[in-house]
Amino acid sequence: MPIQVSIPTPLRGLTSNQDTVEGSGSTVSEVIQNLEKAFPGIGERLVDEQGNLRRFVNIYVNGEDVRFLDDKNTAIKDNDEVSIVPAIAGG
Amino acid sequence: MATEFFNHLKCRECGRRYPKKAIHVCEFDFGPLEADYDYDLIRSAISRAKIESRPQTMWRYRELLPIDAEPTVGLQVGYTPLVKADRLAKALGVKELYVKNDTVNYPTLSFKDRVVSVALSRAKELGFKIVACASTGNLANSVAANAASAGLKSYVLIPADLEASKVLNSLVYGTNVIGIHGAYDQVNRLCSEIAGKYGWGFVNVNLRPYYAEGSKSMGFEIAEQLGWRIPTHTVVPMASGSLLTKITKSYEEAIKVGLLDETPFHIHGAQATGCNPIAFAHKSGTDLIKPQPKPNTIAKSLAIGTPADGYYAVNTMRKTGGSAEDATDAEIIEAIKLLAETEGIFAETAGGVTVACAKKMIASGKIADNGPIVLCITGHGLKTSEALQEHLAKPRLIKPSLREFDQLIAAEEALEAAQ
Repeated sequence: MPIQVSIPTPLRGLTSNQDTVEGSGSTVSEVIQNLEKAFPGIGERLVDEQGNLRRFVNIYVNGEDVRFLDDKNTAIKDNDEVSIVPAIAGG
Repeated sequence: MATEFFNHLKCRECGRRYPKKAIHVCEFDFGPLEADYDYDLIRSAISRAKIESRPQTMWRYRELLPIDAEPTVGLQVGYTPLVKADRLAKALGVKELYVKNDTVNYPTLSFKDRVVSVALSRAKELGFKIVACASTGNLANSVAANAASAGLKSYVLIPADLEASKVLNSLVYGTNVIGIHGAYDQVNRLCSEIAGKYGWGFVNVNLRPYYAEGSKSMGFEIAEQLGWRIPTHTVVPMASGSLLTKITKSYEEAIKVGLLDETPFHIHGAQATGCNPIAFAHKSGTDLIKPQPKPNTIAKSLAIGTPADGYYAVNTMRKTGGSAEDATDAEIIEAIKLLAETEGIFAETAGGVTVACAKKMIASGKIADNGPIVLCITGHGLKTSEALQEHLAKPRLIKPSLREFDQLIAAEEALEAAQ
């Protein structure tokens, strides 16, 4: 089974309005690089020039915030669910 | 009136402009979108006298709130008392202390009624029939109540382990309460995905630019009630950090439109030790917020491990020369009792956090006794009374007999005399 990446509303303009796309790669960084190949422009929205996740971008692997894992180097395997989610206000 | 005062949304990071729709992040850098106003026009349209002539609700600052037409939801919200807290001031060792008492905000006894009245008024303008929120409790209560009175269908998503009273205080309004097995941050993430899929008006997701602005009314009121002065020190509880940044914005805007003179002010932030990512970043001298994976505090309404506005909150405290503190569960309970016993105000756990942190800031000199100090007390104690259950004396029980009562009082007087 492939890696499933959920795309937040603000980025769907780049994915022909698809809310989930297939991803590939063995780390979060690689998944982002491969997303960039499939959907040019998406990479720079997610990471800065040094490849670090942007301040207002949250990425979750199977529901876990990657900042609690290995950040951009978090390992990804087949079947994983990767969610890209903008930061949200309080409640 | 008034479409012309509020023009568009603007990315807080890059300044790109967006139309006034149900969107909340910049497509380019994911920065939060914020309401942007025509301040020159507002300056010429309002004055202290004009505001003072209006009804005592948050909507007296209508020009600085982001809706197009007249408000339709939450018309009675706000203008809660600013209490001169002399007995608490004495206990803390300062001269001039006030409590902004949002424990009595209408209708659901927390400051969240401010943000919800703006969010739902705007939701109706944008044509939403279903509104929703991710919540630690207070927001759920307010969305449920205000949606009920506005005739909107609502869903509130909360962590499954919330205080029973907060859950009940949503259920009673006939809303759809969905408990999520997970922390608030996971509820939040799910809501973000639901908002993208279902097209509902999520007050703190796609309606966030409108929602967040409602918090400014607390700051406008503080300044007006102080006699159109900015307090030297304002102490604000922090969950996502939004309230702190918006109160600061309210002071700045009121200066900009000519309602207030520009005087120095310091904004201080309060968190619980069991969930202190913003206070920790401030104390560590960074603005990189390290999320808290497993918040653990009785102040559940502040238990947001990934605070969306943490970065801005840290920089606001730094810019205004304020400070950040955090308080343990025991300190929070002591502070709730202190506020209740000195001022007769029963605050929820978040209010205990504010009082406890203010006490520490005063003791350490981070808050100097050099002008008015305002503590923002944001929710009522009845909502979190479970937290106090084991920490208060039990009532003394006697038979309906005057003799027993006499004995009880005599024993008490003997005890007092011995002390």
